[in-house]
Amino acid sequence: MAQVLLENVTKIYDNKVVAVKDANLVVEDKEFVVLLGPSGCGKTTTLRMIAGLEEITKGTIKIDGRVVNDVEPKDRDIAMVFQNYALYPHMTVYQNMAFGLKLRKYPKDEIDRRVKEAAKILGIEELLDRKPKQLSGGQRQRVAVGRAIVRNPKVFLFDEPLSNLDAKLRVQMRAELKKLHSRLQATIVYVTHDQVEAMTMADKIVIMKDGVIQQIGDPHQIYNKPANIFVAGFIGSPAMNFIKAKIVRGEGGLWVQASGFKVKLVKEHEDLLANYVDKDVIFGIRPENVFDKVFALAPSSENTISAQVDIVEPLGNATILHLRSGEDSIVASVDPRTKAKEGMEMDVVFDMSTIHIFDPETEKAII
Amino acid sequence: MIRLNRFQKTIVYIILLIYCLIIFTPFSIIFFNSFKNLREIFLKPFSLPSSFSFRNYTLAWEKANLGTAYVNSFIVTLFSVVSILIVSSLIAYALSRYSFPFRRFIYLFIISGLALPARLAIIPIYTMMRELKLTNSLLGLIVIYTATGIPFSVFILKHFMDMVPKEIEESALMDGATPWKIFSRIVLPLSRPALVVVTIVNFVAVWNDFFYPLILINDRSKETVPLAITVFFGEFSQQWHLISTALWIAVFPIIIIFFALSRYFISGMTQGAIK
Repeated sequence: MAQVLLENVTKIYDNKVVAVKDANLVVEDKEFVVLLGPSGCGKTTTLRMIAGLEEITKGTIKIDGRVVNDVEPKDRDIAMVFQNYALYPHMTVYQNMAFGLKLRKYPKDEIDRRVKEAAKILGIEELLDRKPKQLSGGQRQRVAVGRAIVRNPKVFLFDEPLSNLDAKLRVQMRAELKKLHSRLQATIVYVTHDQVEAMTMADKIVIMKDGVIQQIGDPHQIYNKPANIFVAGFIGSPAMNFIKAKIVRGEGGLWVQASGFKVKLVKEHEDLLANYVDKDVIFGIRPENVFDKVFALAPSSENTISAQVDIVEPLGNATILHLRSGEDSIVASVDPRTKAKEGMEMDVVFDMSTIHIFDPETEKAII
Repeated sequence: MIRLNRFQKTIVYIILLIYCLIIFTPFSIIFFNSFKNLREIFLKPFSLPSSFSFRNYTLAWEKANLGTAYVNSFIVTLFSVVSILIVSSLIAYALSRYSFPFRRFIYLFIISGLALPARLAIIPIYTMMRELKLTNSLLGLIVIYTATGIPFSVFILKHFMDMVPKEIEESALMDGATPWKIFSRIVLPLSRPALVVVTIVNFVAVWNDFFYPLILINDRSKETVPLAITVFFGEFSQQWHLISTALWIAVFPIIIIFFALSRYFISGMTQGAIK
């Protein structure tokens, strides 16, 4: 197993389209790294450059300390699982899994041992004589993973491997891949646009947008300390509320003044915002940090606002409220016992210790 | 799938039936007449033969020089089809997967052969063959058939190979396959339906071709089946029983190969339409 290192990696197509720009990333040995972002953000291109399927325009990629820019894919000792599985349709499951080993001239009994062992791990022993078209989506997925693990490569690359599966199977495979990771102790780079996959599986998440890495961090960091508005809005469902506001000096310290409400900042945040007094900022708060006053822990006049309820969406474990305050709409995910009704006026409480403030020009997080 | 009502179905079946009759009638008349003697053909040309004797077959086989012609035709057809398959699949793969200067121009140049009949160029072809000392030789025929078979074959194979998902090849690349291994172990097996189409179409065209042997072959020991049959027609123009037999012998290999490969042929023809 090995470390993967990207240094200022850039990919430009046809001398004009910049797919990836100055990507710097360290994938530590045995780490599960997820590249996350909307489609077209360059995450798959990054993965394909690691695989050797795309040439690198600028920068270096190292695997285990060795620069692999000009190394053929087959000599990089990596395995890749493709989005549409890319199984060989004319070969049986066994032949599919054995193909790579055969090409590398492994002895027959060694091939047999490895294929059977992988099949056992993945629970596909009874499918070894079938052709891919006789398999279900989940089974094909397992074969594709099996084809990767028989080679025992230094690094595994996964390109949106679960996106073709139905929702239920996806949850199941997600857990299985995670289990597999701890069992194989493998270095994994995994591409997805599904934030739930990223949050549940990753040791480290890399968020990309328009070919640029926006933030690298563990799921906790990414969620709680987003580096900019894009990351804050991309991670979390329902998405974070962004409200145009101003920092103003008021009674007892600094306040956030929006079109329809005014709330007081907590002490720890005040120092960081000292330079922003009387300036425009973007105020961000996650829906789950907006509480129905009835169920809030510490409501006070400093963190409570009144808003009109537009829509109520009960989900069972929570209720989503679409609120309006002044010109701003706020989404809140509140206790399901809420008595909120559409059209009524209600008090909601912000957990001010969890808020985010962004610079409207750079879009970077201030807190 | 379009659903047809009973009336529409009947119409479709009637049309298909008429078509089958048009195709099968001459074949069956020739087939049955090949077992009759001349007198029986003139008396009852459309009936079943009174007895099944293979006398006509041995007679026609000897008289029409079919033994030699058969061997020649098999050699020419086999080598032509095999070389068409090898050359066309390599060209098609390169055109389908590799990026190089003038790729599109080269492709258009090759398939422009579909639009221009090579027979129009028979005089330059003949002089070229004469210069190469390939007139009156089976190799000359093989060379011409290979060249004329390439445009259609490249056209079919390239389009088929375009449809093989790129990920499958990339996956093989990651598995450690060389470009040749990817071609031979992945792309070729997956292109089997298209290869079958190319095989059948070229087999039929080469086996039945009368034109090039007529121009290039003037030695009876080098003649192919269509040439032998024509010579035989001239000599035995009144002997309908022998002519029927010779014709039947001539088309027999095509019928065999068509039935043997028809399963793949049909899937090959429809592959592009449904995906």
